[in-house]
Amino acid sequence: MKTWARLALSLLALLHVGDLGAQVTFERILDSDAEPENWLTFGGSYTGQRYSLLNGISLDNVEDLELKWIYQNRVAGLWEATPLVVDGIMYLTQRPNDVLALDAATGRVFWNYRHRPSSDTRVCCGSNNRGVAIHGQTLFMGTLDARLIALDATTGKEVWNIDVADARLGYSITMAPLVVKDMVVIGTGGGEYGIRGFIAAYDVDTGEEIWRFKTIPEPGEPGNETWEGDDWIYGGASVWLTGSYDPELNLMYWGIGNPGPDWNPDQRPGDNLYSESVVALDADTGELEWYFQFTPNDGYDYDAVQVPVLVDGEWGGEPRSMMISANRNGYFYVLDRATGEFLLGRPFVKVNWASGLDENGRPVQTPQPPGEPTWPGNQGATNWFPPAFSPRTGLFYVSVWDSYAVIYRREADEYVAGELFTGGRFRTLAPVPDAPGINVGRPGPINNWTDAVGHGVTMAIDPQTGEAAWRFEQFDVTDSGMLTTASDLLFTGGREGYFYALDAATGEELWRANLGGSIVMAPITYAVDGKQYVTVISGNMMATFGLRE
Amino acid sequence: MRPLQWISPSLFALTAFSAVPEPGTAQVVQGHEYEVEAVETGSQIYASRCAVCHGSNGDQIAGVDLRHGQVTQAASETKLRQAIRGGNLDAGMPQFNLPPDQLDALVAFIQAGMDVGGTAVGIGSPAQGMTLFEGEAGCTRCHSANGRRAGLAPDLSDIGDRRDAEYLQRTLLDPSGAMLPINRPVTAVTDDGRTIRGRRLNEDTYTVQIVDDEGRLRSLIKADLHEFEVSTESPMPSVEGRLNPRQVADLIAYLLSLQGAR
Repeated sequence: MKTWARLALSLLALLHVGDLGAQVTFERILDSDAEPENWLTFGGSYTGQRYSLLNGISLDNVEDLELKWIYQNRVAGLWEATPLVVDGIMYLTQRPNDVLALDAATGRVFWNYRHRPSSDTRVCCGSNNRGVAIHGQTLFMGTLDARLIALDATTGKEVWNIDVADARLGYSITMAPLVVKDMVVIGTGGGEYGIRGFIAAYDVDTGEEIWRFKTIPEPGEPGNETWEGDDWIYGGASVWLTGSYDPELNLMYWGIGNPGPDWNPDQRPGDNLYSESVVALDADTGELEWYFQFTPNDGYDYDAVQVPVLVDGEWGGEPRSMMISANRNGYFYVLDRATGEFLLGRPFVKVNWASGLDENGRPVQTPQPPGEPTWPGNQGATNWFPPAFSPRTGLFYVSVWDSYAVIYRREADEYVAGELFTGGRFRTLAPVPDAPGINVGRPGPINNWTDAVGHGVTMAIDPQTGEAAWRFEQFDVTDSGMLTTASDLLFTGGREGYFYALDAATGEELWRANLGGSIVMAPITYAVDGKQYVTVISGNMMATFGLRE
Repeated sequence: MRPLQWISPSLFALTAFSAVPEPGTAQVVQGHEYEVEAVETGSQIYASRCAVCHGSNGDQIAGVDLRHGQVTQAASETKLRQAIRGGNLDAGMPQFNLPPDQLDALVAFIQAGMDVGGTAVGIGSPAQGMTLFEGEAGCTRCHSANGRRAGLAPDLSDIGDRRDAEYLQRTLLDPSGAMLPINRPVTAVTDDGRTIRGRRLNEDTYTVQIVDDEGRLRSLIKADLHEFEVSTESPMPSVEGRLNPRQVADLIAYLLSLQGAR
């Protein structure tokens, strides 16, 4: 056979194989409700609701859940990833920057891609990664050394691999990217290192940058007047959780992190825009449409990165497109997502850093005297753990740290490139000196801080009032995300290692399994061959449950 | 060990607990002497660079307790320096390229037990303290040490490795005020009317683990209990009024000498 003929045949063969693979188009993600057997994007859909239309597992049979398979890793530390599931294949990340493809029905591994982050990597709070995004046949992962890597979903081989930011300056990526149209969009962490945050969109095929939104405006741009002098250059405002997207408005919503230095607001007078805000960006250009700032001149590290959850419904008798979120600062918010108008804000835990919100949602700040405790404490009333919303119950579900406070000490800090830039210290309020304080993750199997220092609540909040419809109390604090279903189940967990199915309408516990390791991600659900599964990560183990047959 | 110093007729004044040593006073740990200024500087570096992950008490990472010398790859001061400079990326610890004086200060702070004011407590004779511990002070009625098993109270065989002098003094004088929440006494009444008393070892939403007043490990299911109460009153009596300041200092010296099996 002539060479050109062989080449033509090979090309045809390649095209054919490509057709058979998982082609996750933008349209498929847009219409994710049409294929609830898959989990195509970090939040389950662009709304970030983590609400699944699967209803095979129901209030009536949830007691029949049994373990189907386990995948164990050998990596120490918190495992916060949300897996994706596409047509029976699960795509998962594990520390520090591994991607795996698994058979979603059996847990057996097809391939394991490993990226070793550069020794220049600086991460404040652990080698976390929260998952991948998919477009067509390509997976995308952000890395601890601030790279964005595209992988072929069939082979696990690199398609492209680009620098997003300079890891030596403290930039890192821990979030799952968001695919919109033909772009993969990502932000960077590093708010404890005096970075200047941004959100950037890249061409899915080439990795070429399409637009970039800087989360701190520079001189001459609106908002720079909320900083003094050069403070804006090292002002933080990182982006470390995945945003959401409204296709009708063509707006993306991203939560922005703390200003730097974290705990010394005296060192950076002004509101410090767009730190501690949600920004609505034009998806095609990255231009700012509106913003809403939750905590101006924040001195408590109340990152506003929580996933903005998009909800359609009535407000005051009129139909509204809304964005809801429970903020790390202790307030629950409802905004109009077309305009950013403040509709409601109510505390969902004890709050004493502010006495309330004014008519525009701006907090009336009441900083505590030196040595006095601040509620909520530094880890916040809630944090990275993704919440959920059920259009059926009309309730918003979130993990909450209750009765938890810290005492801050502000200190002047000098910016040094690549070094931590936090501006002070804090300690947890405890009944006796030297008592252990709660921190990121649990250092061992014993809860030695006890409820005397704080405890967890799975809370269902009615967005119409901002009040708790029900509370499910846990002895230890909980960092678990949420999953809710069209069969009115709510799946969640906690640091104690219990994995729960609750009645989403009432909070009644219907089923639980003791998995033994902290649950610090949001469970997902999917189906293969018509059978529904629920997957959760506990400690170093990913466990998948299904109904007893 | 910290130097044997006697400071204080005001030993019993609670306000003296916050006393800071004179400038220039050194802490001596494992043959190394750390200047107080370095320890104080180190505490500031620790707060801004390390506490985010390791916590203010140095014990927030699994398997690592900086205050008490439990460091995964840093059994010596040299290795501690290497761990700080080299990081441990798999575990999420970055490299810290601190200037030499800052690195010295940070190491001094960690090696000094993360205790800036560590010399302000009177420390007497360990031998006399042992006599008191086993005799007049009555400690062995409840506490065990070095394999001498007693009752309900925590074993103290390695208390000198886990606690500093200031903490021990506070516990002796004000046991309830110093009792860690996890150690609180538990009283449970079962549905069939039996009363179980003990000290809490661990607790979660559904269960509580205790050592009961007969020294047995028990795990109780809360749903099976008729009553469940956790008290904030320590069963330990204060030594104030029973022992004089020198005896307290001797007792502290003995407790600090209990370093566990090595």
